[in-house]
Amino acid sequence: MKSLRVSDVKQKYRGKDYDVIVVGAGHAGCEAALAAARMGNQTLLLTINLDMVAFMPCNPSVGGPAKGTVVREVDALGGEMGRNIDKTYIQMRMLNTGKGPAVQALRAQADKHAYHAEMKHTIEKEPNLTLRQGIVDSLIVEDGTCKGVVTNTGARYAAKAVVVAAGTAARGKIIIGELMYASGPNNSQPAEKLSENLESLGFDLERFKTGTPPRVDGTTIDYSKTAEQPGDKQPHHFSFESADKDYLAVKDQLSCWLTYTNETTHQIIRDNLDRAPMFTGVIEGVGPRYCPSIEDKIVRFADKSRHQLFLEPEGRKTEEWYVDGLSTSMPEEVQQKMLHTIAGLENAQMMRPGYAIEYDVVAPYQLKPTLETKVVKNLFTAGQTNGTSGYEEAAGQGIIAGINAGRRALGKGPFVLKRNEAYIGVMIDDLVTKGTKEPYRLLTSRAEYRLLLRTDNADMRLTEKGHEIGLISDDRYQKFLAKKQAIEAELDRLNQIRIKPSDDVNAFITAHGDKPLQDGVIAAIFLRRPYVDYQTLMRFIDAPAEPLDRHVIEQVEIRTKYAGYIKKAEQSVAKMKKMEAKKIPDRIDYEAIDGIATEARQKLQKIHPQTIAQASRISGVNPADIAILSVYIQQGKITKLAQ
Amino acid sequence: MVLTTTEFDTIAAISTPPGEGGISIVRISGEDALAVAKKIYRGKNLDKVASNTINYGHIVDPTTHEEVDEVMLSVMRAPHTYTEEDIVEINCHGGLVATNRILQLVLSNGARMAEPGEFTKRAFLNGRIDLSQSEAVMDLIEAKTDRSMKAAISQLDGNLSHLIKHLRKDILDVLAQVEVNIDYPEYDDVETMTSKLLRQKATDVHERIVQLLKTAKQGKILREGLATSIIGRPNVGKSSLLNHLLHEDKAIVTDVPGTTRDVLEEYVNVRGVPLKLVDTAGIRDTQDKVEKIGVDRSRKAIDSADLVLLVLNASEALTNEDQELLKATEDKQRIIVLNKTDLPTKINLQQIKALTKGQKIISTSAIKANGVTQLEELIAKMFFDEGITSSQNDVMVTNARHIGLLNQAKSALEDVIKGLNDGMPVDLVQIDMTRCWDYLGEITGDSYQDELIDQLFSQFCLGK
Repeated sequence: MKSLRVSDVKQKYRGKDYDVIVVGAGHAGCEAALAAARMGNQTLLLTINLDMVAFMPCNPSVGGPAKGTVVREVDALGGEMGRNIDKTYIQMRMLNTGKGPAVQALRAQADKHAYHAEMKHTIEKEPNLTLRQGIVDSLIVEDGTCKGVVTNTGARYAAKAVVVAAGTAARGKIIIGELMYASGPNNSQPAEKLSENLESLGFDLERFKTGTPPRVDGTTIDYSKTAEQPGDKQPHHFSFESADKDYLAVKDQLSCWLTYTNETTHQIIRDNLDRAPMFTGVIEGVGPRYCPSIEDKIVRFADKSRHQLFLEPEGRKTEEWYVDGLSTSMPEEVQQKMLHTIAGLENAQMMRPGYAIEYDVVAPYQLKPTLETKVVKNLFTAGQTNGTSGYEEAAGQGIIAGINAGRRALGKGPFVLKRNEAYIGVMIDDLVTKGTKEPYRLLTSRAEYRLLLRTDNADMRLTEKGHEIGLISDDRYQKFLAKKQAIEAELDRLNQIRIKPSDDVNAFITAHGDKPLQDGVIAAIFLRRPYVDYQTLMRFIDAPAEPLDRHVIEQVEIRTKYAGYIKKAEQSVAKMKKMEAKKIPDRIDYEAIDGIATEARQKLQKIHPQTIAQASRISGVNPADIAILSVYIQQGKITKLAQ
Repeated sequence: MVLTTTEFDTIAAISTPPGEGGISIVRISGEDALAVAKKIYRGKNLDKVASNTINYGHIVDPTTHEEVDEVMLSVMRAPHTYTEEDIVEINCHGGLVATNRILQLVLSNGARMAEPGEFTKRAFLNGRIDLSQSEAVMDLIEAKTDRSMKAAISQLDGNLSHLIKHLRKDILDVLAQVEVNIDYPEYDDVETMTSKLLRQKATDVHERIVQLLKTAKQGKILREGLATSIIGRPNVGKSSLLNHLLHEDKAIVTDVPGTTRDVLEEYVNVRGVPLKLVDTAGIRDTQDKVEKIGVDRSRKAIDSADLVLLVLNASEALTNEDQELLKATEDKQRIIVLNKTDLPTKINLQQIKALTKGQKIISTSAIKANGVTQLEELIAKMFFDEGITSSQNDVMVTNARHIGLLNQAKSALEDVIKGLNDGMPVDLVQIDMTRCWDYLGEITGDSYQDELIDQLFSQFCLGK
């Protein structure tokens, strides 16, 4: 495609020197820049368009299963996404409340304009952080080490470490029916030159595709034909720092509305498949299976007579509505026809058409678990650049890349989260170990220890680490310790109190169809019964000396009720940790090891796993290959000792 | 999704060479070695016995409380052992069947079947043996790579493999549905996997595994013997072969065709495998009344046999009758015995190989007792390592590893049902359902971790 640029700058100039430079101010870039700056690094955050900092070009929502947990993990590490959404949400819902604690998921509808403005303001106020508009054309790389960036305006900025989080701007291309043009998300400028520069540095790039649905004018929606989905009454926030008292009453939240496609909608799509870029071969990028366009759904699931659609408000000060479930790249005229067949949208005014966007991705096998590239030292990548999809996935990588770039600039060692510590750890390990053939989305089923990686205990898992890194304030850390201590104390107490078989207790038990108590029972054991919760338990024993916070009670309940399963998961973690402890030397030459199967050898050579555990997770590497590798490493150790 | 952390599993194997008589040893190594042993051992408290002691006691099946064998059990505690891990060795007296039974119990109670050379590998990795010895370890593991997963699968009987794949598919549907409910809670056209529904599914799969294990019990074979028919046209030396396996003269052996007029049934223990040997009258078209009955019975003997020993006369060319017998026993577990190899060979070996498609062929001379040892070894190998299917039942598993894994899959399902009884939510109970799925996958060699996610997106229509 022809370049948008009419002419280039003739003269370069030397800009200021920084410790860390972050390229791109989407959800990954913002976290990376804030983390690096808060650790004490002079940080530059470059974005193509200052008006699109932390912009949401797709769903106006944050969280959901697995993703919501990531937001809390980012918060526990000292990141911004949780605080930012807590300040700008227009609806809050806890999903999966009927299920177990491991899969409960908080999701917020965001006011996307407020979200952007709030994040931009936070960044502007951050002492060590400079926010600047500029397109990065190339990286300054000397002797395989990244030393800065060059912008389209000719500025050369030097830095000790660089994070690239280019998102869909990387050689972005928007497609709407037959129309196709170079563009970043939401008609912003694309980054046309950076991809070429990365290729010339030896990076293997892939082409991915994603898409977004049309937006409609809310004043033209007939809500009476749709079903209301209001927010929760019970307060919930993403950030540890947000207080229940600040939670919005249901009446102050905005509702979403549920409607459906129908056979007429589907017929229109079928009639126009010859104009659908998805099927005419125009789109080359690989799209995600979990986020198919509506035309894809109609073709793949032809027997379904309807598909769910959610109408979601994009903010308080706009009448634009997002039609969730109708992602499409059909021609604009067809999109309009489709919309008008849908209950509630018969007269809806389309404000923007949906589109597909193709972009470049750095194949993630080229990354280390710190998100530093293996190809160029001191260069880190995050977010969609690494092949993921989703604001939360981007933020999770952003904070890890920012922390590691910041630590590199400070001369400190790497920071990596393991699969048993965080969804962020699962995601990054999946990316660098298995790679991805489609935009990667976190799912709870990707985590083998999801019972340990709950949304309710993200603070318990990661605050300590966030504090150590220097991103959690002492004040917050003290509050965290107090919570932790309160949980332990109450668990201890419940394990000591004995409930005697009184008439009161037995009347309660028999009312629930259980056999009455003969002997006393430990309070903690009693709490494990399905019909007993903490409040009920307090009817039969003394309350603690000081009333407990609901977050403390929640932990006491979960850790008591699911103790058996938690213990099982922890045992399996202990096993994995032993394998994680077995390091593979950096310079190992897989060609020199006899007996490893060819497929395994190629994969190992390409991915260069850091531990035996990571090696065992690579598909195509079987236990026999692992055995040979282990023996080979041990032989090397013995030889060294002999010398 | 369970990760394969096989490196630190507790492993077990029979560490004495297969063969009848004397003592055989089941060795267990790993941090759970004592815990596993304690579950099946009645005797002293193993936690309290000193290291490097040998203790008298009994092995007891913890589910049936049946006494399996009288044993001496040695306890060696880490780190001063061969593998530098805790080791328990069970010295059993009851022959190979009892030893195998004990191995099954060990594998059903927390240990995994050791790979070839795995004890030595651990010894090396834990710094117990030196570099020169490690080359031998590499060779062992490499030999295993050649055969690796595919070999393990090809050892599986087709029926069993089919059955287990079916079970796994059913479990996968359940798992995918649970996952989709979690990751897409708002999609109302996906059926919700309720506790009630999950209990039904778990109970159903449990019942099917129990049935499978019932037919799989070696105990039944121990009582009834593996029905083994010796088949061949008259005077190819069936009776001589039987006598050699029996080590006595029971059948009348003459060189007049048709001497064996009736079906002889004999019980014999061949290298620990109890065989119910059925010697038959030679099969040929005949007018002789007594022999006619014998021939009918022979055909019946083929039908009801678990294992067929088809005897051919190597000193004669292949006859039409031979060909018919080869055809009649085509679908059977069989061993082709080329007898009378002491005489000049006239039979066309290539033709037989083509007809039997690489099946096992053993050359014997029943008169001179050549090759009988080989035959016995092959029977034991087929029985213990590969599993012989029974014609009476749909599927029969005799491989200790398979039985161990089936038992673990079964107990995972019992955990599912217990969890549901305790009022645990579906997404937690599902952890045990996934374990069950993984154990079954180990039997068939399917453990593709992304299977579930693929299933999710192919089965359900999801997304913005």
